Amino acid sequence: MTAMWAASPSEVLYKAASKAAGRRRSVARRRLPLIIGLVLLAIAILAVTFAPLLTSAPPNKIDVLNPLAPPLTPGHLLGTDQFGRDLFSRILYGGRIDLAIAFGATSVTLVGGTIIGLVAGYSGGKIDNLLMRIVDLFFAFPFLVLIIAIIAMLGPSTFNIFVAIWITSWVAYARIMRAQVIVAKKQQYVLAARALGYSRTRVMLRHILPNTASAVIIFSMVDAIGNIILAASLGFLGLGVQPPTPEWGTMISDGQNYMLTAWWLTTLPGLAVVFVGVSFSLIGDGLADVLRPGDR
Amino acid sequence: MIPAEPTGPGVPAGPGLPPVSPGPPGQTSPPPDTELAELAGAELEPDEEAAPVPDPEVAEAVLAPVASSAVGTPLLTVEDLRSYLATGHGVVRAVDGVSFTLAQAEVLGIVGESGCGKSVTCRTIMGLLPKGLAHSSGRVIYHPRGEGSLLDASQDQWQALRGSQLAMIFQDPMTALNPVLTVGEQLLEAVNAHAKLRRDAARARAVELLRRVGIPAPQRRMRDYPFQFSGGMLQRALIAIALASSPRLLLADEPTTSLDVIIQDQILSLLLELQQDTGMSMILVSHDLAVITEVCDRIIVMYAGQVVEEGRAAAIITEPRHPYTRALLGALPQAGHQGELLSIPGHPPSLIDPPAGCRFAPRCPLVTDKCLTWETELLSTGGDGHLARCWRHEEVARQGPATQGTVPQNTGPQITEVHE
Repeated sequence: MTAMWAASPSEVLYKAASKAAGRRRSVARRRLPLIIGLVLLAIAILAVTFAPLLTSAPPNKIDVLNPLAPPLTPGHLLGTDQFGRDLFSRILYGGRIDLAIAFGATSVTLVGGTIIGLVAGYSGGKIDNLLMRIVDLFFAFPFLVLIIAIIAMLGPSTFNIFVAIWITSWVAYARIMRAQVIVAKKQQYVLAARALGYSRTRVMLRHILPNTASAVIIFSMVDAIGNIILAASLGFLGLGVQPPTPEWGTMISDGQNYMLTAWWLTTLPGLAVVFVGVSFSLIGDGLADVLRPGDR
Repeated sequence: MIPAEPTGPGVPAGPGLPPVSPGPPGQTSPPPDTELAELAGAELEPDEEAAPVPDPEVAEAVLAPVASSAVGTPLLTVEDLRSYLATGHGVVRAVDGVSFTLAQAEVLGIVGESGCGKSVTCRTIMGLLPKGLAHSSGRVIYHPRGEGSLLDASQDQWQALRGSQLAMIFQDPMTALNPVLTVGEQLLEAVNAHAKLRRDAARARAVELLRRVGIPAPQRRMRDYPFQFSGGMLQRALIAIALASSPRLLLADEPTTSLDVIIQDQILSLLLELQQDTGMSMILVSHDLAVITEVCDRIIVMYAGQVVEEGRAAAIITEPRHPYTRALLGALPQAGHQGELLSIPGHPPSLIDPPAGCRFAPRCPLVTDKCLTWETELLSTGGDGHLARCWRHEEVARQGPATQGTVPQNTGPQITEVHE
């Protein structure tokens, strides 16, 4: 305390300057989660894309002599499952489906929900009311129950997982976007844009969207993890990807009977889910920092 | 002058029109009058877009602030405009029976305290009031478009009018530009909004516009984001954007309120100069009578949603006919005045349930019983269309021009007392 009082003005300034320098360094440090997340995700994408180069074993080939082989068995890096199928190969090929769901399902709901929220928020009145009541309808049901009902109706298949997510998941984006747009449309630059005779579409897409999109983009990263876990959950329930096609959730589900004798059947696909989940989560965190207003 | 077809980037401003150099604060610039006289002499090559530009004789007359109100044919007529807004407290009669006419190439000032309906009047003319929360009646006639009221215009008609015919600049330049787009992108957008220009032509015009409003190194500044501009520079950029499609009417809603005094002066001179160049009409809204008198040909004084006085700028200053105008003039700070600055006691009345009779009565030093029941109307007070909403306007006029300290104050509840 006394030291603070004793500090001369130049010392105070020096401290402030070094603090400012620290802030500048921390801008780079704030990017770190984003970079790590992107690197991890890139590793995952490359691994599943070039799966044939990383493993010679086809994912569905049965090695009758080696069922339930533990990891590091010669010829089976991560061991085999109860049918003697190579686990490493199955995790890589299974990742193709999980990552496809993360990107394919999430991107469609992101774009669709954002447009619906943008229109609802900017139009207001009857259009807003109608769209938001539809959103409420979806929120009224437990999410997983709704998905299960849709898949039960359409029949379990990989494509129907996409369809079920497309139908149900846009509502969160619409709601987030609408709230952002309602704030943004009262800003003076929106009024100024209207005063220049710009069309509604132009005002929405060029002036409101770029100022409001960060929230939904960040949320989409969380949602992508959610969709992988959802696909895994559906696989676990037997409603997802059908055997023998490999998929992480189905693999975990199949492995549960061998949990005590062959831990790798559940643990290793589970770690794959965690790996991709963490990478998306880091990207979401990093984007939140980078897109935070006022830090340009 | 803003050339309709710039020949390329880096081209100097139009013939006889040196680019405005804003100069650092404190640097003396030639007095606006001489500058304008030069401009008026050299200019008058009308754009195809800018309709009937006054002939040279008339333009000379525009320079003389007194004899200007008769110039030109009417451009905008507002008849009995009423704009009511729905709020949580009730229906606010923000504009309550406003009528005026704006001539071609005229600069009209609207002055009044905050909450007198000045901005709402502007936004009604631009059709920018929130739908569903506002209702406007009366007529707003933009004459080049015909005799139909703008209040009945469709969405498409509005889009075609805004920007190209009517433009508006706003009070706070800091928030009136989109923070995520560069100034250049936004200016190009405005240039392209109502015209089909080739890429390089549009860019050249954008650069030329920035140069014209006095932004140094316009090529480089095009790439900057709004936060890299100062307040005065932003307002200049906004003026450039507003003028991108050569509108015939510019509404300036308190364009200098958030700027410091030296920048205020520069922006006002710039606006006036551009108005002279292009022959557009301008409505300048301000709560600052000093700002208004500097620039305008004619002045409307608004109080509580109504016009209380209207007349030529010089007449309003030297011979106010309404006690409110007189009180506003009396509240202007003056160099050399000692002691406290005067203000008008009290507040404007609530516009949800405005009082009967004269709305200024509770604050008026000349109030009588008659004022509380008088069905107010704008009375002609003699020549040159000088109107005042006060039945005692002759007495007000007899008191002469108001200066700091000469306006008697309504000190207490004297409403029953009759000053005869």
